[in-house]
Amino acid sequence: MSINVMTRRAALQAGGMMVVAFSLGGSAKANAAALAAKPESLDEVDSFLAIDGKGAVTLYSGKVDLGTGVRTALAQIVAEELDVPFQAIAVVQGDTALTPDQGITYGSLSIQVGGMQIRQACATARKALLEQAAQRLSVPVTQLSITSGIVQSQSGTQVSYADLVGGKAFSLKVDKTAPTKPPSAYTVVGKPIPRVDIPAKVTGEFTYAQDFRLPGMLYGRPVRPAAIGATLLGVDESSIQHIPGIVKVVREGNFLGVVAETEWAAIRAARALKTRWSAWDGLPNERDLWSYVRSTKVAKDDVTSNVGNVPSALAAAHRTFKATYDFPIHTHGSIGPSAAVAAFENGTLTVWTAAQSTHALRHQLAAMLGMDASSVRCIYVAGSGCYGRNGHEDAAADAALLARAVGRPVRVQWMRWDEHGWDPKGPPTLVDLEAGVDARGNVVAWHGEFFIPMGAGAPVWLLPAQLAGKPAKIDLEPGNIIPDSALPYDFPNMYTVCHRLATTPLRPSWIRTPGRMQNTFANESFLDEIVAAVDADPLEFRLAHLKDPRGTELLHRVAKLARWETHEKGSRGKGKILRGRGLSYVHYELVRTYVAAVADVTVNRTTGKVRVERVAIAHDCGQIINPDGLRNQIEGNVVQMTSRTLLEEVKFSRSRVTSLDWASYPILRFPDVPEVTIDLIDRPTEPPWGAGEPTGAVIPGAISNAIFDATGVRLRSVPFTPKKMKAALASA
Amino acid sequence: MKQSVKFHLNGRSASVDVDDEAMPLLYALRDDFGLRGPRFGCGLGQCGACTVHLDGRAVRSCQTPVKLVAGRQVTTLEGLGTAEKPHPIQEAFVVEQAAQCGYCINGMIMQAADLLQRHPRPSDAQIKAALAGNLCRCGTHLRILRAVKRAAGEIA
Repeated sequence: MSINVMTRRAALQAGGMMVVAFSLGGSAKANAAALAAKPESLDEVDSFLAIDGKGAVTLYSGKVDLGTGVRTALAQIVAEELDVPFQAIAVVQGDTALTPDQGITYGSLSIQVGGMQIRQACATARKALLEQAAQRLSVPVTQLSITSGIVQSQSGTQVSYADLVGGKAFSLKVDKTAPTKPPSAYTVVGKPIPRVDIPAKVTGEFTYAQDFRLPGMLYGRPVRPAAIGATLLGVDESSIQHIPGIVKVVREGNFLGVVAETEWAAIRAARALKTRWSAWDGLPNERDLWSYVRSTKVAKDDVTSNVGNVPSALAAAHRTFKATYDFPIHTHGSIGPSAAVAAFENGTLTVWTAAQSTHALRHQLAAMLGMDASSVRCIYVAGSGCYGRNGHEDAAADAALLARAVGRPVRVQWMRWDEHGWDPKGPPTLVDLEAGVDARGNVVAWHGEFFIPMGAGAPVWLLPAQLAGKPAKIDLEPGNIIPDSALPYDFPNMYTVCHRLATTPLRPSWIRTPGRMQNTFANESFLDEIVAAVDADPLEFRLAHLKDPRGTELLHRVAKLARWETHEKGSRGKGKILRGRGLSYVHYELVRTYVAAVADVTVNRTTGKVRVERVAIAHDCGQIINPDGLRNQIEGNVVQMTSRTLLEEVKFSRSRVTSLDWASYPILRFPDVPEVTIDLIDRPTEPPWGAGEPTGAVIPGAISNAIFDATGVRLRSVPFTPKKMKAALASA
Repeated sequence: MKQSVKFHLNGRSASVDVDDEAMPLLYALRDDFGLRGPRFGCGLGQCGACTVHLDGRAVRSCQTPVKLVAGRQVTTLEGLGTAEKPHPIQEAFVVEQAAQCGYCINGMIMQAADLLQRHPRPSDAQIKAALAGNLCRCGTHLRILRAVKRAAGEIA
């Protein structure tokens, strides 16, 4: 078997680190060390960059492109900071043998954190290249300029990057003080450069993780338990004897899978295989989900804001309000089910998949298999969008267990029911809110209690490892879900606490905009209840309670974009179609991106159907790297979150997930997609903040508030289905 | 016992040996012919990611038994055009930057191509109705809509 992948040595040669007879810094000893291994630590320039003998630049990025366009945006940052043509840059992403570990690609941090690490590495390289050129050309650095990777003196002498460092290591620590280019000089950053991946994606030439193949590989499919906690009692292998091409039924504990010569044989076998599982009904009754959540043991409390004295302010308030909001369990809903290829060769394992962190996956797979992490290599191959931690890591573990059992490379792709049934889920969120206002209608007290699972954003345990009884760290990791439980507003008395629950019904993970989406939904909707009750205007009220000038500018911009008319109410009449609009605002985690939305909805009084007609977004994420890529992300957020708000809810029995396809877990379709208008606030001299998630946070609240404006009825429970809308209208 | 199914694939004669004639066309295209345009999304005919043209009309290849295509014309995304020489619809998707992860885009383009053959100047409502059975999770719908209109010459 021969696996054609880039080896470390080949990569070093291709990337320009082969012959290190000379370097820009460091000692001969360091150069020798650089030969041995391409560095991966975050403080080495060589971890991120290589320039070959022809001047071609390779960026090694630990952050991966999940379909968001960061591959293009990161290359723009490199092209800008190094002054090389954008086209000269190749990007290697998420390969544990080649790229630095920049952390999991989540949390809207690829540009904000990953991109800035890369920018600083480039600035360090640029400074060193200029100093080296100054020596070579015998002129001071101040008299040099760089164009397209060529350093030029005022007298016209020049030397290229290729001449200076081509094929050699930089051997430099990233210098945090190396000057970055002034944004006023930008020619690539801030421009809507077309994405490098799209031409191949529209012609079928792009290789997704779901397309990746190896010579001689076999096809595997997992066979999951009949109930989440069931024990495998028996397997009748004769039940699939009639299917040609079966290689092996693999069983390790409760892990079960089939391997076949062809994909279709594997699919048929996985469906036909007769199995016996023990009964298990450990899930709560779906209808009692919220009382189950409320009564779940609290592991700890995270107080996210505590200002003034809420109890006494509530007691003294002119008028008080109380409401409970809930946001159900959601699935990621990737269109392409999770996939991976695993191959063992000479005691080492190589896995190709679309994991959000190949570096973390490497350690999880090594632990599961009892291998040394240095014997496992994980290589990122872009997949169908994941929107958080979906199933690729688990499919990788499936493939690894199956490949080890059959001694040949195995490709696993989950079926639709595997993805809907077994990817980890966005956990249920329950929020109790209480507030008090004074006689003039100003909020004087705000009290929020959020019932959400404990845990944070460490790697989610591998389902196959758990099933197989292999080492796996079974901790809840729903993502960082407490931000934006605290308010961006300046109220005199505020207390918000997250009750971190010891358990949650289904294996949780982060889904796009984790926590911030649910928390902002509750806060912005409840705020709207108060605004309506005191007969204030939603825009004026927010402006009156917001001291942050970027926040107020953003609200003014969204009001202008949406032609907001203060104190204008939606239709509440008896007509069949009711119209309304709602406003929502977020300061993401209270420390970064600002987003405001105005949603226009119609509500069909007869059918209960809510339609989001238009959404206006004002967005401030600081410096914009690629405005078109940013718009694409914002539009996508609006559509996906409209879908989540109106339609989505994971269904389950006492034993397992029952919404296993797109009929039982519907998502938004073309006829119901809203128009989106966007006002981008670009601040080139500010740091760039994340944009993959923040817009999602404002959508559910904007829709809830628009429905109230249209109908006078408040929906506090996502999704806003026709059934719920009709019931609410009927009881109003 | 393997059966041979002969058909025309992207303008050339093609033949595939199958031991189960009920096998969906999708697996022949992806695994036997190594094509990457048609993609597995649901295997249930619910998402449209696997869409190909059968005798010029869009069908779900995950729901089309391979024996059904014997003697017929199958066209995949690869048969429309290449990155060097794209079909006008593919070109319009690039111009409009109408993809995020892009996994659904095969189906969007193949479905839109079918629509434009029958209705060269479709209305917004016609495009939305034609693509209502194609799911996109990234939320690229608005760009896809613009791309189809661009391909129809309705925006330049």
